[in-house]
Amino acid sequence: MKAYLNRRYMFSASHRLHSDRFSADENRELYGKCNNPYGHGHNYTLQVTVSGQVDPHTGMVCNLVDLDDCVQRAILNRYDHTNLNCLPEFKDVVPTTENLCTHVFDILQRELGHAHLESARLERVKLDETMMNSFEYAGGEEIR
Amino acid sequence: MNKYVYLTRKVEFAASHYYHNPAFSAEENRRIFGKCNNPNGHGHNYTLEVTVKGVVDNQTGFVLDLKDLKDILNREVMDVFDHRHLNKEVPEFASQIPTTENIAIAIWNRVAPKLNHGTLMHRVRVHEMPDLFVDYYGEP
Repeated sequence: MKAYLNRRYMFSASHRLHSDRFSADENRELYGKCNNPYGHGHNYTLQVTVSGQVDPHTGMVCNLVDLDDCVQRAILNRYDHTNLNCLPEFKDVVPTTENLCTHVFDILQRELGHAHLESARLERVKLDETMMNSFEYAGGEEIR
Repeated sequence: MNKYVYLTRKVEFAASHYYHNPAFSAEENRRIFGKCNNPNGHGHNYTLEVTVKGVVDNQTGFVLDLKDLKDILNREVMDVFDHRHLNKEVPEFASQIPTTENIAIAIWNRVAPKLNHGTLMHRVRVHEMPDLFVDYYGEP
């Protein structure tokens, strides 16, 4: 039986939306207050969805302790209480939550295989930037 | 083409459980299941969302009569799961560990056959905690 397991995590980070491809005026016009020069912060909520067969011996899609360890190591340690603009992946990429979402998906897809979680397939990550907006990425697949 | 509309009903139940597989040694059980293996069990407030899909009836404007779904959930889920010890009182968990995964599958298997013709189960979502939930779509 295939089931989908969803787990939520939180981290806080700051960012500034600004692209060197645009003029100062264009940046202000495009990004509004998100372009304020010293940046601002969010409490992000990350929802990770993995799927897999329910193991008949354990009743689990995957061991939550392993999943938590993996997300802690690969995502929370990397992004929590950081300035996203200072990280290498956002050197030439604007740290919008769309871009953060795809990075988180790509990192997790790579790391799950290294964390005894080979049986769990990463289906989707959902990133809430505020209570009012969220972004989802499923590696380019349709969101269910 | 069928114009499906999806309807979700939410209910809450409180239950206790523990995770233990008699095929594993005591040590393995503790290692795999951690504090969920504590022999006297522990409890959760579960939130269940059942999503059904169907075509809106042009006479009633309903996908299905909500009262019928409420009655099914009361009979098949609340009466069986609420304020119960899942391992000891729910027949499915005499031979299966009552993980959130298995609870979602058990609820699907109970509710889906009771729906009236024309209404289909789409998803069972079981929240064990606000930060942990399982979805089951009836997939093998």
